[in-house]
Amino acid sequence: MAYIDPHIHMVSRTTDDYQRMAQAGCVAITEPAFWAGFDRSSAQGFFDYFRQLTDTEPERAANYGIKHHCWLCINPKEAEDVGFAREVISIIPDFIDCKNVLGIGEIGLNKNSKNELIILEEQLALAERLNQLVLVHTPHLEDKLKGTILIMDAIENSSLDPSRVLIDHVEEHTVHAVLDRGFWAGMTLYPDSKCTPQRAADIIEMHGTERLWINSAGDWGPSDPLAVPKCCLELASRGHSKSLINTISYDNPLSFLSQSGKFSVE
Amino acid sequence: MTKKEIVDQYFLEHRAKLLDIAAFLDRIDRSGETDADFRIKALMRCIKELESEKEGRTERILGILSDQTTEPIDHAGMKGACGVVPPTS
Repeated sequence: MAYIDPHIHMVSRTTDDYQRMAQAGCVAITEPAFWAGFDRSSAQGFFDYFRQLTDTEPERAANYGIKHHCWLCINPKEAEDVGFAREVISIIPDFIDCKNVLGIGEIGLNKNSKNELIILEEQLALAERLNQLVLVHTPHLEDKLKGTILIMDAIENSSLDPSRVLIDHVEEHTVHAVLDRGFWAGMTLYPDSKCTPQRAADIIEMHGTERLWINSAGDWGPSDPLAVPKCCLELASRGHSKSLINTISYDNPLSFLSQSGKFSVE
Repeated sequence: MTKKEIVDQYFLEHRAKLLDIAAFLDRIDRSGETDADFRIKALMRCIKELESEKEGRTERILGILSDQTTEPIDHAGMKGACGVVPPTS
């Protein structure tokens, strides 16, 4: 069954992962800009990273028949230094017209600090100015509930249309508010944090499939690049229809991402 | 799925998870250190929540583990999260 993984960090994964994902039915992915596990020493480091996301990764994915797309930003973990973050933001417009760039992301908050919030607001303004889709990272663990609310308030203070914003990494305590406020919501399938495939299936059973997607967010930490098909298998084991599984793993990401005008599975 | 089908499919997996928690707490006891860690205190509060007969346990447990303040903090002193609000927050 064909699926889309709308959030995965392939710069941190091996070519074998591309092969296994293709074998499992992956036809397209989107890769948000994120923290590399260390702080870059200059904005030039981000220039090179954005080249990797717009030049190198699409070619690597294409070798396995997977369409690669990306999102650009300064991530919240490196946003505490406002001056540095602004330097990085200033180079984003140079890449925004690349054919695989879908929007601004993954922006958001990490520790819910004042500086992180300033940089979030400036990147929301950039998305408004450039008429871009937005992919939002919500904080980890104990910081998620507070951060998700702060982020939604910041977006509502902008003129961005909630239907063009996806708020990722929702769990049981945040999914209601995100959907109730008109945003799209992403469930990240992780072994130890965020949602397991079983809990994501529970949330789908409780909330339905409208404006909801699943992703692996596979990266350099504990994560599984095959988490999306594993969640599909979990749903099938509970007797859910192929139609429902297709909606959550293919049609929904296709609908949201197609608003960019650049997303393609072919 | 019926209740029996759910239990049939998931019981052994969650029996194993329960034993993992018990073994984890035993391991801590064997350390011989008696001072309570804030994370374990929170975990024990969450375990009490499991005894609730009302649906919504997952959301309530996530609430116990979440920072319930509403204002941004002055500075991000660290990048990571520990899963429970630290005592100084």
